[in-house]
Amino acid sequence: MATAPTEIKVTSEIAAEHGLTAEEYARVKQILGREPNITELGIFSVMWSEHCSYKSSKVHLKRLPTRGKLVVQGPGENAGVVDIGDGLVAAFKIESHNHPSYVEPFQGATTGVGGILRDIFTMGARPVAALDSLRFGPIVAGNGVSEEEAAKNRRILDGVIRGVAHYGNCFGVPTVGGEVGFEPCYSQNPLVNVLALGIAKKEDLFFAKARGTGNPVIYVGAKTGRDGIHGASLLASAEFTEESKQKRPNVQVGDPFMEKLLLEACLEAMQTGAVVAIQDMGAAGLTCSTTEMASRGGTGIEIDLAKVPQRESGMTPYEIMLSESQERMLLVAEDGREREVLDVFKKWGLDAVVVGEVTEGGLLRVRDRDKLAAEIPAHPLAEEGPVYRRPIAQPSLRKEPATDWFSFAADGTNLTNNFAKLLASPAIASKRWITQQYDTSVRTNTLAGPGASDAAVIRIKDPETGVVKRALALATDGNGRWCQLNPRVGAMHAVAEAARNVAASGARPMAATNCLNFGSPEKPEVMWQFSEAIDGLTVACNELGTPITGGNVSFYNETLGRSIYPTPVIGVLGILEDASRVLKIGFRDEGDLIVLLDGAVRVSGAQHAAPLLDARREFSSSEYSKTISGIVAGEPPAIDLAAEKRLQECLVALAANGAVRSAHDISDGGIAVTLAESCFASPTGPQQAAPQLGANVKLEGTTLPAEYALFGESGARAVVTVAPTSLAAVLETARQYGVTAHQIGQVIGSDAFRIEYKESAVIDTSVAKLYDVWAHSLERTLKVS
Amino acid sequence: MKFGVVVFPGSNCDHDAFYAIRNILKKPVEFIWHQSEDLANCDAIILPGGFSYGDYLRTGAIARFSPVMKSVGKFAKSGGTVLGVCNGFQILLEAGLLPGAMMRNSGLRFICRHVHIRVEQTDTPFTNAAMKGQVLKVPIAHSDGNYTCDDSTLADLEKNRQVVFRYTSADGSDDAAGNPNGSTANIAGICNRERNVAGLMPHPERAVESALDSADGLVIFRSMVEALVGAAKATA
Repeated sequence: MATAPTEIKVTSEIAAEHGLTAEEYARVKQILGREPNITELGIFSVMWSEHCSYKSSKVHLKRLPTRGKLVVQGPGENAGVVDIGDGLVAAFKIESHNHPSYVEPFQGATTGVGGILRDIFTMGARPVAALDSLRFGPIVAGNGVSEEEAAKNRRILDGVIRGVAHYGNCFGVPTVGGEVGFEPCYSQNPLVNVLALGIAKKEDLFFAKARGTGNPVIYVGAKTGRDGIHGASLLASAEFTEESKQKRPNVQVGDPFMEKLLLEACLEAMQTGAVVAIQDMGAAGLTCSTTEMASRGGTGIEIDLAKVPQRESGMTPYEIMLSESQERMLLVAEDGREREVLDVFKKWGLDAVVVGEVTEGGLLRVRDRDKLAAEIPAHPLAEEGPVYRRPIAQPSLRKEPATDWFSFAADGTNLTNNFAKLLASPAIASKRWITQQYDTSVRTNTLAGPGASDAAVIRIKDPETGVVKRALALATDGNGRWCQLNPRVGAMHAVAEAARNVAASGARPMAATNCLNFGSPEKPEVMWQFSEAIDGLTVACNELGTPITGGNVSFYNETLGRSIYPTPVIGVLGILEDASRVLKIGFRDEGDLIVLLDGAVRVSGAQHAAPLLDARREFSSSEYSKTISGIVAGEPPAIDLAAEKRLQECLVALAANGAVRSAHDISDGGIAVTLAESCFASPTGPQQAAPQLGANVKLEGTTLPAEYALFGESGARAVVTVAPTSLAAVLETARQYGVTAHQIGQVIGSDAFRIEYKESAVIDTSVAKLYDVWAHSLERTLKVS
Repeated sequence: MKFGVVVFPGSNCDHDAFYAIRNILKKPVEFIWHQSEDLANCDAIILPGGFSYGDYLRTGAIARFSPVMKSVGKFAKSGGTVLGVCNGFQILLEAGLLPGAMMRNSGLRFICRHVHIRVEQTDTPFTNAAMKGQVLKVPIAHSDGNYTCDDSTLADLEKNRQVVFRYTSADGSDDAAGNPNGSTANIAGICNRERNVAGLMPHPERAVESALDSADGLVIFRSMVEALVGAAKATA
């Protein structure tokens, strides 16, 4: 017969197996004043894991701006909260579920969605939208990618998409946006970041602070099983090796139906007024929820594990405390009113059991009937974990000879074929094959779903009357390639683009959330990337008025010693004062004028008049350079945050006065892709086969080559369309905001797509041809797998 | 006149139906809990979309046994107006209130997008305000919408004019490409022989405002109101 784990004598070797260093273990003994037992060791190891304790990132995260006029709750709670007017608040946060999604793509993705949704409704907010920001390895063979690797990446993508879809669709939250990117560095380590947004009345917000000695602690939701034990500490806090597949049992299993019941029951229970505090059981399950509620409330908590609903028999205290079974919540009720709470959960057919009570003295005390299984001071456990100022080392300067940079085609070259190739690349191609698997319209709030506007736009119904006034816009962004080349500038671009996307939908950016995906913090060059990215985020969020209200850090994104590109993903939330003023990307009518807005102050008549060598350097980091030449080098485009701010304010003003008919920012693939996508999103004909509007554009000549003009990715720019009669008003608004505005062409009624540069047609084709490669590329690639 | 929207555990379009009736149609509406056998004197019952009881066994297979379905069955048998949308349609099939069965979509994936459906019959309480052949642009969101039935049932459905909605192309012509899920005879929705019970896979409650891309679904709810008003007058 096996020895009961509680009887295992803890040694420094066992502590090391739990991921605790010698110093950390010494600190454990110091806090306890004795040796821990095995359950206590397990509790410390998860609470002090990188995932739960932020021990490597804390010193850097402090630099982020987190305050703002509209911020109701910054980082530190289950989600950030901002004021959206009329007594309502929005709770939102983005989180990663990267490692589980590689080990078991479907379940990894489902539980990623489940976790972030719980964070939102734990705050008392009803989830109204989800976005996912995904990164995969290449799904097309070639360029050094084998068919085997591409096929594996397609399977991972398929599993993740099905997982996101399954959970969100069943739960009943629309998945309305996000992005999907592909780079070789994500082959062994995909990124699955999910953002969720919820709405609540301000007075109905809930927090995870236990209080009131003697108040009952109630366990609700799914039963506890042996799944996901050490998910946070082992899976999320260590890099991958060949043995990682053996960690599949560490991946949790999600049940969206259970979560839906939990949502409804929790919101209903909160309405009784008998709930004092509530916390979901996510990473580190019962351990984390009890410890954090006690620590935040300055109280203790005592629970009896024998009362915890269990899925299987014979579970040890160690297993129960460390289980990461999904769809569970812990709440504190007012003493004497627990019946009201229990009745609500009974109505919804959920387990709800009083498992303990709030105590004085700040101790987390875990009993197993009459045996004491663990006794740890909650505050030191939650807040006095190790904090590391990890060594930082800037990698040696890249020495790239100019010959390694992208070489522009000769003047007058017809670039139509390259353009079609760019439109067909998975990064640029239509994501409809993916987004069509998501329920995008449930809850009937989606004013702009995937691809309709630069941001996802959700209207806000008053929770009681259903009356609509405002809308919220959300966009995520994060260019890992740029962050690899320059983490500081890359991170600034992530904020700038997400905010620009929000503004291009007509909404004023108001706050941000971040998901910081990096390699091992034990590598000085990764910590350098991290620190640089934080500095970039700080500057950009300050400048653009989008404080960071929450998010998470995901380290150890590396496999067999290779780190991913540093990938900070930023979600920006914005508000539209009038829900009927949403800007979409699609051209609307024949004859509308196409106007290029540029926030940067450039020398008149010579936009982007950078020296050729600078242009080559910058262009080498573009999507076009990567797709057409396989070159990833140089630097991201220089960033001008003041210019971004001017452009964004201008877009918001143009939306508010209803002067423009469409708006689309310039980003991946440059202005050529922007114009094409606006054609693709124009009204379709009776057969819905192809879009009906084309574009005739003449770009102003500079000394630079056509490829730079067409596909360059400098920021602070957007394309808007304007009815001829409104042109003067639009130009005047742009002038007021210090934004350069030039009419560059016209929307035409035929399906011709023509761009002229330096007196020659550099792209000359039909919208239908471009649309065909763009619209069907992804499904052609993915259907064969 | 009052509408009732049934709430099963796992229903997730209940609020959308409620909103469409209260805020757009501006008619009285209330939720009916699945444990209740009391239909609260409602004049029309809507079984909303979602994943009742998680739909882990087979869509609608568990919901048909819930207490409220006993009453809905009696209500339907006595001529009451019942509309099932998406999961509600699946439940009506499982409950035997409509003939046929549902299979996984032919593409084996969840699909959410706008489709076009043609109104095939206007002498039902769900389509009397529509024109025969009218094309409605309405979203679908399901993975099990592949309606199927045996040949004799299909022949009966056609003979008794029970196929109320069919997937078509945008201009209303028969077109296999317009059928998103592989359903038999491009069927999107049917009614019972008595015409008082209908189910459809597309979500009319999600197409009641132009801000949401289409208000075409409204005609179905307007039809229900007209039918109920007519019935009230007839008995008055």
